[in-house]
Amino acid sequence: MNKILVGLKRVVDYNVRVRVRSDGSGVETEGVKMSINPFDEIALEEALRIKERGEAQEIVVVSIGPPEAQQQLRTGLAMGADRAILVETTEPIDPLTAARVFLELVNREQPELVLLGKQAIDDDNNQTGQMLAGLWGRPQATFASEIALDGAKAVVTREVDVGLESIEIDLPAVITSDLRLNEPRYVKLPDIMKAKKKPLDSIPLAELAVTRSGALTHVAYEAPAQREKGIRVDDVAGLIAAMKDKGLL
Amino acid sequence: MSKVLIVAEHDGAALNPSTAKCVACAAELPDAEIDVAVLSHNGEAMAAEAASFDAVAKVIRVDGDYNEHALAAVLAPQIAALAEGYSHVFGPSTTFGKDLMPRVAALLGVNQISDIMAVEGGHRFKRPIYAGNAILTVDAPPEHVVVATVRTASYRGVGTGNAADVETRDLDVELPDHTRFVELRSGSSDRPDLQTAARVVSGGRALGSAENFELIYKLADTLGAGVGASRAAVDAGYVPNDMQVGQTGKIIAPELYVAIGISGAIQHLTGIKDAGTIVAINKDEEAPIFEVADIGLVGDLFAIVPELQKALES
Ligand SMILES: Cc1cc2nc3c(=O)[nH]c(=O)nc-3n(C[C@H](O)[C@H](O)[C@H](O)COP(=O)(O)OP(=O)(O)OC[C@H]3O[C@@H](n4cnc5c(N)ncnc54)[C@H](O)[C@@H]3O)c2cc1C
Ligand SMILES: Nc1ncnc2c1ncn2[C@@H]1O[C@H](COP(=O)(O)O)[C@@H](O)[C@H]1O
Repeated sequence: MNKILVGLKRVVDYNVRVRVRSDGSGVETEGVKMSINPFDEIALEEALRIKERGEAQEIVVVSIGPPEAQQQLRTGLAMGADRAILVETTEPIDPLTAARVFLELVNREQPELVLLGKQAIDDDNNQTGQMLAGLWGRPQATFASEIALDGAKAVVTREVDVGLESIEIDLPAVITSDLRLNEPRYVKLPDIMKAKKKPLDSIPLAELAVTRSGALTHVAYEAPAQREKGIRVDDVAGLIAAMKDKGLL
Repeated sequence: MSKVLIVAEHDGAALNPSTAKCVACAAELPDAEIDVAVLSHNGEAMAAEAASFDAVAKVIRVDGDYNEHALAAVLAPQIAALAEGYSHVFGPSTTFGKDLMPRVAALLGVNQISDIMAVEGGHRFKRPIYAGNAILTVDAPPEHVVVATVRTASYRGVGTGNAADVETRDLDVELPDHTRFVELRSGSSDRPDLQTAARVVSGGRALGSAENFELIYKLADTLGAGVGASRAAVDAGYVPNDMQVGQTGKIIAPELYVAIGISGAIQHLTGIKDAGTIVAINKDEEAPIFEVADIGLVGDLFAIVPELQKALES
C-alpha cells in the first residue's frame, strides 16, 4: 500500500503517578514527564514493520495538540516515520473532534490504513479510532494483537473479553493497537539526528474544516476513594485466621 | 424524563451479565424508562431473558443472520437507527461495548461518556481517568442524545421476574459487507468467569512459567475462584490474554481477590479497586500491592502457596 497514517498523542508518561490538583481543577501536569501514548508507540512500530516488509511506502505520524507535541512527533520520526503533521491547538481535544481531524487528514492524504492506539492513557476514552471509522464509513479492527495484510484486505486478530477474535476487513480501514501487537524499538542517537531533517508540518486546528460540537464539560476532578489500611500477617496460619475473621473461609 | 435504550451484549445463546448491569445503571437516571435492544440471530430466548429484568419497559428484537457475530460496523448503523426518540443510549464497557458504542456515537454526532461509574443526574456522570488515579465529573450537552458505556464493576445488575413486552423490529438500514467475521478462539474453562466470579486468584510474573501457574489454578479451584493474571504473566505466555486484569484487561469487583507474585503496578490496581478484600502474597515487603492489600503476607510464593493449599484442603 501507499501510505499509513499513525496517531501519536502526547500524554503524561505512564510511569508518572498522577495527582489531582487540590482545587479539583484538573490533574497536576506541571513539570511532569510527557511521552507518546504507549499504544500509539505500538501502532507506529507496527506501521514501521509493515513498511520494512515492503508492504507500505510512507508512514505519516499525526499529533493533535500543543506546539510541545512536536517532541513526540520528532521521536516518531526518529523511530522511522517519514513525515509528521502537527494539528496545533492549545485546547483539550475530545475524541469526536480528534476523529473529525483525522477524517480531514484522511481526505487530504488518502492513506490505505490508519493505525491508532486503542486508548489514550490520560482520558482513557477508547473512542477515536471507532469514531473515525464510523464517520469515514470504513471498517474498524480495534484492540489488535496481530495484523496480516493481504493486498486490499487484512485479517486482524483482536483481544476480546472471551479470547481472540479474527476478522477480515477491506482496506482502507482503521486499526487500533493493543499491548501485545509488538514491542516498540528503542530510538538510537543517530536516528534522532537524522529525524531533525525530516519534514514536520504544522497546521492550526482552526484552518481545518472541522466542526467542533458536543464536547463534554469537565465539571470537577477528585482523587479516588482510598482503601483502608490493611494488616500484615506473619505466616499461613495468620493468613487463614485473618481470612476467617472476614468470613472468607 | 429519561428514555433509555440499552444495547444488550450476548454470545449468541445467552445474555452477558453486563446487560443487567447497564440496566441497573440506567435505572439511576431521573424518571427512567428503559428499553433493551437485542440484535442477534435467532435471539428469541435472549429477548425473553431481557424482558424478565426488573425496570425494563420493553425489549426490541432485531433478528437476522447479519447479526450472528457482533461486528461493530454492522451493528452501529442499526443502533443509530433505533436510537431515534431516546435521550440515552447505553452499552457495557466490555470489549463488545468499547468497540461498538463510539461508532454509534459518531454516527449520532456526539461524544461518548466512557466508563460511567456513577450517575449524578440526567446529564452528569462520574468516570475514572488516568488509570483510575482521578475521577472526573462530566456534563453531557443536554440538547444531544447521551451515548455512554457503563463500567460494569460499579453495578450489581437487576432482579428478574418482570415480563416486559418484546417487539420484533425490521430496520431499513444499509449494512456494510467490508467487515467479516473469521473465527473466535476462546479457551473453555469450568472455572467461574473472571468478570463475574465472587472470588478471584491471580498470578504474576513471579510464577515464572505456565507449569508453575498450576499452583494458582489449584488454589483457585480449592477456593471456588476464577483465575486472573497480570499483564507480565500474559505477555510471558504463562496464560491467555483473556485472563489479564487491569487498565487494559478486565476491571473486576470480586468479594475476594488474591494477588500472588504481582507487584501492584497502577495499571493492575485499576482493575481491582472495587474488590471486597484484597489478599497479597509477595516476597518484597515494599511492593506497592501491599498499599492496597487488606491482608498482606511477605514471603516466597513457592513456599506459601503449597502450604496454604495443604491447610485449606485439610
Ligand atoms: C499502557 C499500559 C497498560 C498496562 N495495562 C496493564 C493491565 O491491564 N494489567 C496489568 O497487570 N499490567 C498492565 N500494565 C503493565 C504494568 O505496568 C506492570 O508492568 C505489570 O502489571 C507487572 O506485572 P507483575 O506484577 O506480574 O510483574 P512484576 O512487576 O515484575 O512483579 C512481580 C512481583 O513478584 C514478586 N515476586 C518475585 N518472586 C517472588 C516469589 N518467589 N514469591 C513471591 N513474590 C515474588 C516481586 O517482588 C514483584 O513484586 C500496563 C502497562 C502499560 C504501559
Ligand atoms: N490529540 C491526539 N493526537 C494524536 N492522536 C490522537 C489524539 N487523540 C486521540 N488520538 C489517537 O486515538 C487513540 C485513542 O484515543 P482516545 O479515544 O482518546 O482514547 C490514541 O491512542 C491516538 O492514537
